[in-house]
Amino acid sequence: MNMEVRQPLRAQKTRYGIVDCDIHPKLLIEDFRPHLSNQWWAHLQTYGLRPRHGFAKTYPMPKITPQAARRDAWPPTGGLPGTDLDFLRQQLLDLYDMDFGIMNPLSPTGQGDQNGEFSAAMSYAANEVQLEVWARREKRLKASVVVPYENPEASAAEIRRRAGNKDFAQVFMLSRTAEAHGRRRYWPIYQAAVEAGLPVGIHVFGYAGWPLTNSGWPSFYIEEMTEHATGQQAVVASMIFEGLFEQFRDLKVVLIESGFGWLPALGWRLDKHWERMRDEVPHVKRPPSEYIREHFWVSTQPMEEAEEPEHVIDAMRWIGFDRILFASDYPHWDFDDPFLALPPSLTEEQRAMIYAGNAKKLYGLA
Amino acid sequence: MARHVVAPVADIPPGGRKLVAVNGRAVVVFNLAGEFFALNNRCPHRGGSLCHGKLTGLVQSSEPGEYRYSRKGEIIRCPWHSWEFDIRTGQSWCDPGKVRTRRYEVSVEAGARLVEGPYKAETFPVSVENDYVVVEA
Repeated sequence: MNMEVRQPLRAQKTRYGIVDCDIHPKLLIEDFRPHLSNQWWAHLQTYGLRPRHGFAKTYPMPKITPQAARRDAWPPTGGLPGTDLDFLRQQLLDLYDMDFGIMNPLSPTGQGDQNGEFSAAMSYAANEVQLEVWARREKRLKASVVVPYENPEASAAEIRRRAGNKDFAQVFMLSRTAEAHGRRRYWPIYQAAVEAGLPVGIHVFGYAGWPLTNSGWPSFYIEEMTEHATGQQAVVASMIFEGLFEQFRDLKVVLIESGFGWLPALGWRLDKHWERMRDEVPHVKRPPSEYIREHFWVSTQPMEEAEEPEHVIDAMRWIGFDRILFASDYPHWDFDDPFLALPPSLTEEQRAMIYAGNAKKLYGLA
Repeated sequence: MARHVVAPVADIPPGGRKLVAVNGRAVVVFNLAGEFFALNNRCPHRGGSLCHGKLTGLVQSSEPGEYRYSRKGEIIRCPWHSWEFDIRTGQSWCDPGKVRTRRYEVSVEAGARLVEGPYKAETFPVSVENDYVVVEA
């Protein structure tokens, strides 16, 4: 009488060979042990992780579900969501017949830690764990180069260490940093990424030490979810106006888990101000929207759900159908189902690009 | 419309739920303090499996700082995006005007009656001593 809710392989009319650009494996701290020196392991045991914010033992905002996870993503074998490779295959890679998935590990990775040297050691270990526990056992999964971004020199060294290794698809940063992303202190990271031929993925969240809004801390998690869009707007504006893309002409940036509906309006606004105020930023040679279209990619999740689906298509058209990457955010609660998330009126060609073609080209997957 | 025997009553105690197959469709059957209700298991928003969601109540507020919690255990929250549905009606609390999940009629029948028919889709033996949950679909 009990039954599987879904068939093992859901029927697709067309096979798209989906690439999921936002999968969150949960890295286990015990797996870090072989990759940390005795000194840093003892440091971790004694002092723990020290992110740049006050509630060091928990999230700055409460989550809607435990671990912010889909309630059906807890592995039957026990353990946290995103810790069981076989269950992840069953619930994601196999179920949706995916060709590839990009792994974006969140805490515990030591990113943004107050102790820059410890952050570097943790990032190195997080990359080793991604290889050992995930990417080497499942070739469809690609790792992201976790970098200790508040320690840019160590970040550049970590990128160079991983350069040329096809198990890594991108450099991984978070959206909340100590300074705006375009500032010079972070340029060694972008330089190393360009040299390694890797895009830089900027995923929402992180611990900046700054409140989430211009007027301090919001009251509710629902406000934090809204902040991701404004936070990424600040990322885009900073990168453009600091002149980053004049310095690094080949830099590719992927904005992850921030949706995209806000991007056209940001482009209009930046262009309008640039027309009038370009003497303030003479190093910015072209209209900001041109840098956006040349240097930025966006991931779909959390997919915009407009009353009129055509409005979403309009936003996609402004951004460019070649710039949009499908992402599910598995195993988190706001997971987007690949077969139900995209607007129904996309053409087959557009659908194929968003599901897989754009990501394969950007990340060099084959 | 046919009537499908989906489970012995003892399989779904009060506060419990069970995922069953009716005509190849996934249906979740709930027991609210002895009353049975059945909903299409597929969330009409983006397809999550309602059976795997959290059983909760209604939180309502007349003004900031004042909260009322009622109907404990009568609302199912989708495991994915937390859309909430009234188990009694299938109505969505996120978008009640437009969205509901299909509700099926449920009854409890004695095994002795079921043996006579016109009931369908039994995949387990029905014994005359027990009571069974029957979904109409």
